[in-house]
Amino acid sequence: MRHIISILLENEPGALSRVVGLFSQRNFNIETLNVAPTEDPSLSRLTVTTIGDDRVIEQITKHLNKLIDVVKLVDLTEGNHIERELMLVKVKALGAARDEVKRTVDIFRAQIVDVTPSLYTVQITGDAGKLDAFLQAMAPVGILEVARTGVSGIARGDKVLSL
Amino acid sequence: MESCQFLICGRGSNGQPLITARRVGESLYPPKDFRAWANRPTWPTPRHGELPCKGAGDLCRHKSPSPDKSAGPNRAICQGLASGAGLGRQRHTAALDTAGCPADRTRDLQGRNTVELLSGADMIARFLQDEGIEYIYGYPGGAALHIYDALFRQDKVKHILVRHEQAATHAADGYARASGKPGCVLVTSGPGATNAVTGIATAYMDSIPMVVLCGQVASHLIGEDAFQETDIVGVTRPIVKHSFSIRHPSEIPEVLKKAFYLAATGRPGPVVVDIPKDMTAPTERYEYIYPKKVKMRSYNPVTRGHTGQIKKAVEMILKAKRPVFYTGGGVVTGKASEGLTDLVKQLGYPITTTLMGIGAYPQSDRQCLGWLGMHGSYESNMAMHHADLIVAIGARFDDRVTNSTSKFCPTAKIIHVDVDPSSISKTVRADVPIVGPASSVINEMISLVQGHKIAHPEALTEWWEKIDGWRADREGKLYEPSKVDEALKPQEVIEALCRVTRGEAYVTTDVGQHQMFAAQYYKFDKPNRLITSGGLGTMGFGFPAAMGIKQNYPDDDVVCVTGEGSFQMMMQELSTCKQYGVGVKIVNLNNASLGMVRQWQDLNYKSRHAHSYMESLPDFHMLIEAYGFTAITVNTLDELEPALERAFADKHELVFLDVKVDPHEHVYPMQVPLGAMRDMLLSKTERT
Repeated sequence: MRHIISILLENEPGALSRVVGLFSQRNFNIETLNVAPTEDPSLSRLTVTTIGDDRVIEQITKHLNKLIDVVKLVDLTEGNHIERELMLVKVKALGAARDEVKRTVDIFRAQIVDVTPSLYTVQITGDAGKLDAFLQAMAPVGILEVARTGVSGIARGDKVLSL
Repeated sequence: MESCQFLICGRGSNGQPLITARRVGESLYPPKDFRAWANRPTWPTPRHGELPCKGAGDLCRHKSPSPDKSAGPNRAICQGLASGAGLGRQRHTAALDTAGCPADRTRDLQGRNTVELLSGADMIARFLQDEGIEYIYGYPGGAALHIYDALFRQDKVKHILVRHEQAATHAADGYARASGKPGCVLVTSGPGATNAVTGIATAYMDSIPMVVLCGQVASHLIGEDAFQETDIVGVTRPIVKHSFSIRHPSEIPEVLKKAFYLAATGRPGPVVVDIPKDMTAPTERYEYIYPKKVKMRSYNPVTRGHTGQIKKAVEMILKAKRPVFYTGGGVVTGKASEGLTDLVKQLGYPITTTLMGIGAYPQSDRQCLGWLGMHGSYESNMAMHHADLIVAIGARFDDRVTNSTSKFCPTAKIIHVDVDPSSISKTVRADVPIVGPASSVINEMISLVQGHKIAHPEALTEWWEKIDGWRADREGKLYEPSKVDEALKPQEVIEALCRVTRGEAYVTTDVGQHQMFAAQYYKFDKPNRLITSGGLGTMGFGFPAAMGIKQNYPDDDVVCVTGEGSFQMMMQELSTCKQYGVGVKIVNLNNASLGMVRQWQDLNYKSRHAHSYMESLPDFHMLIEAYGFTAITVNTLDELEPALERAFADKHELVFLDVKVDPHEHVYPMQVPLGAMRDMLLSKTERT
């Protein structure tokens, strides 16, 4: 099963490599990885999506917790949560397809953020499924380049991941 | 003024040998009494002009003494006192000299001393003193030279110069295993640090507290593929508990404190501290305060187990009909063997330990079934397989214990106590997991068990009858003793060793058949006595580990049981033993082949002995004598015991026993691969 694990990490050099290294060292999967500093400059928040059965996920969270640089973590998929990913896509936009792309962009509530005579650069946010669906819809027109941020997530309701 | 002579040692930054100074008259070679040598009078701090600078390169850049005689030549000129903010970061530049200046102080307006000012290198030396480190094992080189100079100018921390950095880590590791305190290692950057990697991994796999200080090229050179540069933090990342890079000299006391704290608490492990050369420069000084405590928001090791879980576990323990305690290295490193012995004796239950846990419960006691797993005793593996309750404490269900996990102990419920939650349910699912240190959990269990009776005493009697039956099955059949004119059996050698040392020696081993024989046939009644590389299985571990133990326990017998294959991996340390007069005993079970590899080839490869035999073995007798030590060759059974008596006659003499043993001998029992615990080969012709 797919899990989204959010981690508060010491904002130290080498901390990220310890997390990533752990995954390869212990033969765990990383599907997406997203990391940036938080409002507290001494902390980074890292969100990783991974796939594994309960036993594997339990080991992943235990081993992550064991890392000295990991301050706190939560498996968001254990409860209600919001997950978002941002994607920038360059799609061909020539002739009749130009209008078709614009219409699809609107349907997906995406935005065109850059334009040239031959292509649109589209920005779209949503969960991974929505982004995949958009790419599927665009495939016949011609996708030139894709940049995805990886999943970021937060729990719904009063639950807060902080110190 | 005292004159110096020079001794070549170490790697230079240009690859040339480095020259360090040594006082004439101080004999390097074997001090007869090591303890007296270790407690020798202080070497005075070299003063200006005492060390001739000729040929010493940048080691010795003495300049004329300060004109301020009252302040002494070592005073730095300090401006600006530490004032709250930025404490410790205040930079003080030594105006005059670059060496031989151990300390200075900031002064307040009245001229009173306030905080001590030290260079990064001196801070390291001072910190090690304040932390109570007695021995540091290492090997100098360009990036570590400032630190070496600081160590030279003090006499509390004794540096032991090994002959290969791997030996430094093993020696510190051996010391840590025997004493329970963190070992300390100092190596230079690049090859110095990479040579230490095997020793770090060895300590990591067996959860041994150790701090490894690595020199590093100066900060501005990092990433430029500078001479002797290696990203050692990156290289060691998967095999350390944690690692640090020093980014400012003022961080040194705190980072070192954290390193020792991390290494020794929770589940212990090695910690690497990477120290760029400019962090230890003698020209810059910062305030030094020894941090008595350290707090880390992301590291809070558990101090006790969950009471509810412990209660549940104790209920199960009292109700069990066929219980077995299965305990590991965590009981030894967690200093919980006394409690464990109490608990198990109170209950009257059988106990088996892992290889790493040997001695946590006295092996001569009837309740102890020996150790379990691949080459564990028949009765312990049988008992595990038929148990209805397994109480695992400080053990990690390693593949050398469980055999096939799918067939592991089919009828047993499992209670698993471990300080590291990630060890629980990693390979075998625990029914009652308890995260906590062995000692506190065991103590809590003892208090809960007291006043309660076990629910099924009749079932326990029956269980013991069964176990005694298994014991009787193998009684006298463990191996075939050698006949007249036949080669000695390695098992006989270990049994004789146990008799001669009354089972009280520190026994270190290398890896292979001799390791298993030592663990099977030496009877350990105390913890920390069998010192062996269990997790990583590092050949070459035993001899330097023995060296580290002997230096710290000079009045105890320390014996390294080894084989000619393993011994040749670290035999350069004979030279270290010569330098420091380390009287370890070495029992070389010489079968002229890599016994364990050969055994597997006999069993699985139709005796095709691919590269498992040793051609061109040295004449160990001559080799040992070349270092000035005593060697005894043993060929027959009647030579054996007199030779051992002779070897252990003098505690401070290194003696090497080259015992020629039967190369065809195999280690049994041996679990059948992919089988259950009870599936074992019992000899070359029998199996369960």
